[in-house]
Amino acid sequence: MLRIENLHVKLEEEDKQILKGVDLSIGAGEVHAIMGPNGSGKSTLSYVLSGRDGYEVTAGSATLDGEELLEMEPEERAASGLFLAFQYPVEIPGVGNMTFLRTAVNAQRKARGEEEMSAGDFLKVVREKAKKLKIDAEMLKRPVNVGFSGGEKKRNEILQMAMLEPKMCILDETDSGLDVDAMKLVSDGVNALRDEGRSFLVITHYQRLLDHIRPDVVHIMANGRIIKTGGPELALEVEHNGYADLLAEVQ
Amino acid sequence: MALPQAKQDALSARIAGLSLQRDGWLGAARGEALARLTAMGLPVRRDEYWRYTDPASLTAVEAPKAAVFDSSDESPVFDGIDRLKIVFVDGVFDAAASDDLSLAGVEIERLAKAGGADIHWARDVYGVLEARGQKPVERPLAALNSAFATDGVLIRVTGRAARPVSLVYVHNSDSSDAILHHCVKLEAGAEITVLENGPAAARFSKVMEVEVAEGARFHHIRAQGRDHERRAVTHIFARLGAGALFKSFTLTANGVLTRNEAVIELAGDEAVAHVAGAAVGDGSFHHDDTVFVTHAAERCESRQVFKKVLKNGAVGVFQGKILVKPGAQKTDGYQISQSLLLDEDSQFLAKPELEIYADDVKCSHGSTSGAIDETALFYLRSRGVPMRVAQSLLVLAFLAEAIAEIEDEAIAEDIRSRLEGWLARHEH
Repeated sequence: MLRIENLHVKLEEEDKQILKGVDLSIGAGEVHAIMGPNGSGKSTLSYVLSGRDGYEVTAGSATLDGEELLEMEPEERAASGLFLAFQYPVEIPGVGNMTFLRTAVNAQRKARGEEEMSAGDFLKVVREKAKKLKIDAEMLKRPVNVGFSGGEKKRNEILQMAMLEPKMCILDETDSGLDVDAMKLVSDGVNALRDEGRSFLVITHYQRLLDHIRPDVVHIMANGRIIKTGGPELALEVEHNGYADLLAEVQ
Repeated sequence: MALPQAKQDALSARIAGLSLQRDGWLGAARGEALARLTAMGLPVRRDEYWRYTDPASLTAVEAPKAAVFDSSDESPVFDGIDRLKIVFVDGVFDAAASDDLSLAGVEIERLAKAGGADIHWARDVYGVLEARGQKPVERPLAALNSAFATDGVLIRVTGRAARPVSLVYVHNSDSSDAILHHCVKLEAGAEITVLENGPAAARFSKVMEVEVAEGARFHHIRAQGRDHERRAVTHIFARLGAGALFKSFTLTANGVLTRNEAVIELAGDEAVAHVAGAAVGDGSFHHDDTVFVTHAAERCESRQVFKKVLKNGAVGVFQGKILVKPGAQKTDGYQISQSLLLDEDSQFLAKPELEIYADDVKCSHGSTSGAIDETALFYLRSRGVPMRVAQSLLVLAFLAEAIAEIEDEAIAEDIRSRLEGWLARHEH
């Protein structure tokens, strides 16, 4: 599914190397987690994969089902099945949430040569999926993320994911700013989407999210590289001992 | 103060070829307007009020040529709205294309026909509101219009108009120079919607004077034509009685030069005036919104909402003033002017002003110009929305606050879908 090889990335504006050779391979249906201290390059990895400006890839590649992602425009990456749930979902005043969702769904369908969804069908599907995430009609009508609480913004991200049905989902610190109940709701939303054909990359600081979204593989990232890979027990180890031991081990 | 010789000469040259009708009540009003104009002279760039917009092509003896734009790729604006149509082609009334001028609750006459009488209701409106609007800032082009307008409509609204009155301005000749003047008088409690659309002429001068009596409601929605080379100077002068409502929205796309002035006097307590504009300009586009709202009574509300989207060197101007007179307590005044600059070549010049002589008022104003929000653009694209569609969505979102000033949902949707189409096709 997703294969990242020797990925080197620096900031476009300054001479600062953020990723220094990331190798990562995620198979279909797998859930991988990346943990790591602040500044280790986790969010940069998610931004580079989704095509945000401001980064320069100096070496390496990232492919999704064999297609080179790094050469595509952000919208092409989305249409080929990549989805990033933002750590800080963006507020867009003046654009209704529903209009946004429908435009996105139909744009992707169009890009893939599929038929666009009718207004009626769309409404039915979106209502049903929103209900599961406890997103009410009012939230769907409001401008995208404007006036949403932290938890509402994250639920809205998951709703977008549910509507777009991507094959590779990256969750960038989706647990940040969530209380226990909201984390449960968001995790349930994610778990409902888990299936054989869909993979996840969960980026988080804390092990607690991984109690809800159980990963198959856990990676530890530090200083722009993946320094250790293991099973779910690796997350527990970090939770108990912090990153210091692991970092020392590598050095 | 005597007018400088150069201004005097320019004025003489400009009006030499125009004929002044002296008959009837209108003749008297025209004579007074000419006297005002002669005292003021024509505006020049050096005038403070014309600092950001060069009036030279508006005051030139001959109208600069303007090619007629082919807009057959879309249905005319307001086509789907049930309305009474009055058509002017290059400023000349077109009876064949117009509807019969009878409408329940409304009396409609053509200026060219009604002007010769000795007595007419419009005598209290024509040139009267324009004259009031000459202080504290001179508006010579409005006086020129009052003196020399060749036609227009006089609309007296006594009840609730059964349908909107729609003034359609067709542009056919690339050298036409049209001067139209309309008066609208709403009696107490009356209500009407006046629509205007079309490029009108190569050069178009238009004045609309609107008297809104107690509790009456006036709605105005206009879409200025898409002809790239057309020029227009328009004035709306409005006076509102107690509890009256005045709402005006203008959509402008293209046009090498447009100056839209709105001069509004809230003369009765609890009157409400909203004036809004959405403009999208590309290349040699110069659009100037000049607004002057006077609060002369208590507990009145005014809103000015002007949004401009500019690219490829287009220029946007906003001069907006709220004047709160002594005693106009509990005034609620709001003014916002914003522009979205799609590139670094475009510019927005804004001069927001507040002048307040009452102590218990709430007035706010804001003016910003900025680029498109890159974070929002990326967010949309990351969901699969192509760049151009994402940009259009953000542009429409930016204009939304101005379009929201249109009360009638069908008309608002007409304006919105049109903009959507233009943005999608990447042209206006």
